[in-house]
Amino acid sequence: MASGFGPRIVWDSGWKVPGLEFLGTFQITETVTVTWLIMIGLIIFSILSTKRLEKVPKRLQLVLEILVGAINNLTAQTMGEDKKNFAPYMGTLLIFLAIANLSGLIGLRPPTADVNTTIGLALMTFTMIHVNGVRKKGIGKYLKGFTEPLIPLLPLNIIGELATPISLGFRLFGNIIGGLIIMNLIYGALAGLTTMIFGPSALLPIFQAGLPAVLHVYFDLFAGVLQSFIFTMLTMVYVAMAMD
Amino acid sequence: MEQITGRALILACSAIGAGLAMIAGIGPGIGQGYAAGKGAEGVGRQPEAQGDIIRTMLLGAAVAETTGIYGLIIALVLLFANPLIGLL
Repeated sequence: MASGFGPRIVWDSGWKVPGLEFLGTFQITETVTVTWLIMIGLIIFSILSTKRLEKVPKRLQLVLEILVGAINNLTAQTMGEDKKNFAPYMGTLLIFLAIANLSGLIGLRPPTADVNTTIGLALMTFTMIHVNGVRKKGIGKYLKGFTEPLIPLLPLNIIGELATPISLGFRLFGNIIGGLIIMNLIYGALAGLTTMIFGPSALLPIFQAGLPAVLHVYFDLFAGVLQSFIFTMLTMVYVAMAMD
Repeated sequence: MEQITGRALILACSAIGAGLAMIAGIGPGIGQGYAAGKGAEGVGRQPEAQGDIIRTMLLGAAVAETTGIYGLIIALVLLFANPLIGLL
């Protein structure tokens, strides 16, 4: 278990960033590959599904309209009617995260099981919180918000703001990597059980085939969808809070 | 008695530490149970607001979970990316 549960390195260029050699070589990991696969899939799907839009929707368009309507509704309900224009970003985030978390079901490594993905997304949320806060309130009122309710609480407020992206990123990462590790351990244990009972030349991986399905439903389906929903909801709540 | 190397000692103590770090799971367990209980109470009192109550409850439960996730991260770091071995 020396390599741990980190993402596999697909391609190592051997190239180092000049001046930043201590960071190591420039690598393409499984995370990046799966992220790009999801991105390509989403782009192709959105192009194909919006190619022939009709006044009276049929099948695919109807499903899409329900999805878009639900995301618009959710954003308007959570952030307030005046911040409805955040819906495209929140919808993209929700769909991307849901597909990324569910990609474990088809044998890919979920990109969200890498701390780089989740912290990256959390930093986007962090930027959105503060840029929109300054834009809405003005720089003076925004800075004054840090000294509320008392001026001595300034350091605490700053630490609290800095903790937001960390807790957002690690919540998603911890949930997904936790599920991934538990599933890996269970697969290992079941493979050991098969070998123990039927010998190393067992024809069928009889235990690994059926039993883990129940756990996949919990760790991948339930936790994955719930965590993507929670990440999006928290992003909406934080941005809306910074703007009012 | 056989000599215990420093590396073995660090690995053994890290494994114990990882187990201890997961005691943090108690807090979120209590917190989420409390949130779920209050949520059920709310739905019982006001069944028509079920959707809103569930959404708020999930959000609160997710925030309550944070400390437990921190404990999990510490345990994972101790097990798979141990920084202490590098200090030897």
